[in-house]
Parts: sequence; structure tokens; C-alpha cells
Amino acid sequence: MEHRYLRNVVTLRYELEKCTGCGLCEEVCPRAVFRLHEGKATIIDRDLCMECGACSRNCALNAISVRAGVGCAWAVLTSKLRRNQQSCCSEPCCGG
Amino acid sequence: MKESKSIFNRKESFRWISRSIETAVGSLPQISSKLSLKDLFDSFKFRLGIGRMKYTVPPGLYGVGKPNPESPVFVSANFKLSFDKLRKSLKEIDSWLLVLDTKGINVWCSAAKGSFSEEELKRQILKTKLTEIVSHRTLILPQLAAVGISAPKVMKLTGFKAIFGPVRASQIPEYLKAGMKASSKMRLVRFNLLDRLVLIPVEILNILKPLLLLFGVLFLLGFFKLKILSLRAFFPYLGAILVGIVLVPLFLPWIPGRYFSLKGWLLGALYALGLSFYQKSLTQILIYFLLLPSISAFFALNFTGSSTYTSLSGVLKEIRISFPLIIISLSLGLILAVFSLLF
Repeated sequence: MEHRYLRNVVTLRYELEKCTGCGLCEEVCPRAVFRLHEGKATIIDRDLCMECGACSRNCALNAISVRAGVGCAWAVLTSKLRRNQQSCCSEPCCGG
Repeated sequence: MKESKSIFNRKESFRWISRSIETAVGSLPQISSKLSLKDLFDSFKFRLGIGRMKYTVPPGLYGVGKPNPESPVFVSANFKLSFDKLRKSLKEIDSWLLVLDTKGINVWCSAAKGSFSEEELKRQILKTKLTEIVSHRTLILPQLAAVGISAPKVMKLTGFKAIFGPVRASQIPEYLKAGMKASSKMRLVRFNLLDRLVLIPVEILNILKPLLLLFGVLFLLGFFKLKILSLRAFFPYLGAILVGIVLVPLFLPWIPGRYFSLKGWLLGALYALGLSFYQKSLTQILIYFLLLPSISAFFALNFTGSSTYTSLSGVLKEIRISFPLIIISLSLGLILAVFSLLF
């Protein structure tokens, strides 16, 4: 069964004109958000995006932008309390 | 090489080093692709949170099998569990293993935090003199490292072509057999029942310490004959926590709703309903419904961090909407509980 999180929230942006069709975004995405279609990358399911940032980091032409971060409520809540950037990663976070 | 020599000197503590391999720049440690009972026991201990900060492998270059200058180079984190998974799946594949210094953190987290980076990769390539050991210029990285590694930047910095292999090390043999092509299935991060199951002991351990503290306080209160909060009265709330950290993770995809907090609230409400059958007092039932589902919702919300599909934007939205509701419900429940005790 496919996991799906909230609709219409992710910050993923993509400019088709800049794409050269190298296919790296499709390769690095762990959620199958991109697919090459007629020599260009296309977003096939935006809501699947988990904002890990792998695609934008690997796009040589800066065609992709996303506010990368870890979707961890504990990290968000504790950083709000302590006013510092605290990531949650006590091991289980990103799963083993 | 100084680094690898120090590893040989400390051979006792690194049982996974079988012997040494001679290369153009000196001898390198050869590692076993078999996991010993001790490796498995250590992993088990780590999973249970015993001595979890020290589970590292010395960074550097290792050989698996009988590698030659044409053998593939795999890059990994120096977190022992990642390292073990990789060497186990490299069984019968003569290869090189370049271990980066990620401070003992797994691939995905270290890449997200910045220690699994292009600069660290460059540093290890230089330190191990990799360019003198292998004749090719290709590195195979775990796909999840892409969060912190840009293949175009690696090419610019090191001259190596970075290729992203499958998400899971266990699929490497299949990946190589397919001519270094990852199928679309290999590219997906999964979160099946088993993946969620192994996280539950850690979830429980995380709350154990504060919980024991609370029990201690309640026990002392009982000792002073302050029976306002007896240990027994606390059990329903302990149940609500377990709903949030055990049942929600287990039944995650089958519970309706997309918000984790809503999933937790729904199961918590079901649980409160169940408990209500044993309660005659209407006030107590109301207290249960105000407190129990909110507690479950809060712990379910926290599970977003352990899941592998939640986005930061989604979590921010969920906190914005659910968190105030949880606080309001908890406050109302507590006020009602105090009043019912006083009057």
C-alpha cells in the first residue's frame, strides 16, 4: 500500500525550459516524483514529494528548487522551544 | 598507510577484517562479507539503544574479496549498520569500499545533515590515494546519499563520475547484474510493516525514561497517602501512549486520514470508547474523550520523524492545525479532571 502525506503542501518547483533531460532527478528521487518524458523531466506526482532535496541538489542547471528539510514533528517542536536548529535524528528518524 | 596500519594493530577489536590486500600504495584491510554472530548481536544491542553512540567504523578504503584496479568502488557511511549491510550484500563481488567519516550516522541522515558531502568524499579520495589504486574514475554511491551529494559537483571536485546505486544495499547484486541499472522499484524508499515494526522498540525506549520518572513521582505521592493520582488511575493514559507509538505505526496505511495526528486521534477515540464501557461516571467518560485521543494524537504526530514519506512543509502544516487542538483538548480534560476530584 502506497503511503501518501498531505495534499498541495510541498515547495517543489520545476522549470521545464531549463531541463536538458539528463534524468538524474528521476534517478535520485526515492518517491518517484519525476519521470523523463520525450527528453524532458516531468513531475508526475507532486504530492508524493517529501522535500528531501536530492533532485534540486543534483540538477546541474538549477531547474528544480525545493525547501529541503526533514519531516519530523519532534524536531520542529523542539527547535521552536529552544529557538535553535535542532534536527531530530536520534537514529530511528530516517529509518535505520 | 598510517590509517590502515592502525587498524591492523587493533585487529582484535575489528573482527570483520580478514587479512590485508597489497595495492600500489601499500596494504589495505580486506573485510569479510560474512556477518559474525557478534556483528548481529552488536546490531541487536544497538537497536535496543545500548551503547548507541559508539557504533562506528574507521573511515578509509577497504577491499572485499580480491579487488583489482578495475574493480568497482562503493561509497558508504561509517555507521556500522550501514557498513554491515553493504559488506554483506557484496558477497562474492570483488570490490573496493570507501567509507566516509559521517560521525557514525547513517547514509540518509548524514547526507541530510551535511557530513556525507562532496567535500568529505574528496577528502577520503585524497587521503586513501584512490586514484593510484583504481584505474577507472567511477564511484557507486547509495541512492539516499543524493540528498547531500551532487553528482555534477563530485565530477568538478574530484574527477570521479558519481553513480547512484539502489536505495537498499541488498539489491546491489541485482543492480550489477542488470548492468548497473536500477529498476524503478530499486529507486523507491519503502516503509512496509516490517520497516515500521523494527522502529517500535526504539519508540518505546524513547518514552521509557520520562515514564519511569513519572511513575517514581506517583509512587512517592502514594507513599505519602496522597491518593489523588494513583498508579492505577494512570494506566488508561499509558494505554493512550501505546496506541500512539505502537498501534499507529503498525496500522499506519490502513487508518483513515492523511494527518498522522488525525490517525492517532481516531485510534485513541476508539480506545476511549472501549474504556467507556467500563465507566459509569459520565464525567469520567468525558475526561477520557478529552485526554486519551489527544495523547495518542500527539505521539502519532511524533512518528512523522520516523516515517520515510513526510515532508517538512506537511509537518509544519500539521503542527499548525493539530497541535493547538491537542493542547486545547488536553487542557479542558485536565481542568475537568481536577474539578471532578475537588467537587
